[in-house]
Amino acid sequence: MSTTTHPETTISADPALPTIRITREFDAPVDAVFRAHVEPELVAKWLGPRSLTMLVDRWDATTGGGYRYTHVRGDEQYRFYGSFHEVRPNERIVQTFTFEGFPDGVSLETVTFTDLGGGRTRLDVLSVFETTEVRDAAMASGMETGVVEGYEQLDELLA
Amino acid sequence: MVVDDQLSRVFSALADPIRRDMVARLAVADATVNELAEPYSVTVQAVSKHLKVLEDAGLVSRRKQAQRRPVHLEAEVFDLMTKWIERYRQEAEQRYQRLDAVLAEMAQAPEQTRAEGEAS
Repeated sequence: MSTTTHPETTISADPALPTIRITREFDAPVDAVFRAHVEPELVAKWLGPRSLTMLVDRWDATTGGGYRYTHVRGDEQYRFYGSFHEVRPNERIVQTFTFEGFPDGVSLETVTFTDLGGGRTRLDVLSVFETTEVRDAAMASGMETGVVEGYEQLDELLA
Repeated sequence: MVVDDQLSRVFSALADPIRRDMVARLAVADATVNELAEPYSVTVQAVSKHLKVLEDAGLVSRRKQAQRRPVHLEAEVFDLMTKWIERYRQEAEQRYQRLDAVLAEMAQAPEQTRAEGEAS
């Protein structure tokens, strides 16, 4: 348990819409938060589960660009790819997201960067899936790979 | 298994727009099958089938009450979904705590981090 007070991540999954909304504030200026999304060396440091190594094959975060990366843990490999539809510096990134293991499922993600002033930034992420089933499958799989470490503690916490 | 059977049934029950609408209306008040069928251009039998799916998922129950058998929403089932979403939230939170660390690093050595970024 950390004693540092982190701004809380809020999340909502509408039962009626195939979407997930995530909101989080950062104690950093908007250009830094934006750079951490577009520069591959920075992205690799935080995206993806801690227990997996992120190998970036391609990360062209420009309008019309694309990306591909692999999460590796021992023999396990999870590959992901997508297109950057629009990259607007310090304002917004619109991209697609596909897990290679489930190529029929694609989501559209809109990341909005809001300058809160005083060197603080709010990040809003809206993911739109094709159906609620695909949304739920994505949430379930993300959870399985994402919280492997400390899983038992989490179970206790939620029990 | 991370997602237990009931949770799968709950989500698949809610995948249908008519059933979601029925749940939304039951969240306001209990209702009879006839009352639930009113706004739809489907038969009472079709509504009964939808109700059966909701009942099997544990989302609704029906109690004998004089001549009426009103349908009641079992709101506590939604707690299961809430827990599931909470796990997903924790995963996102962990990711953003790593982003916090990256941002702190960038603030300490902005030039160095930028140079690293441009070296690729």
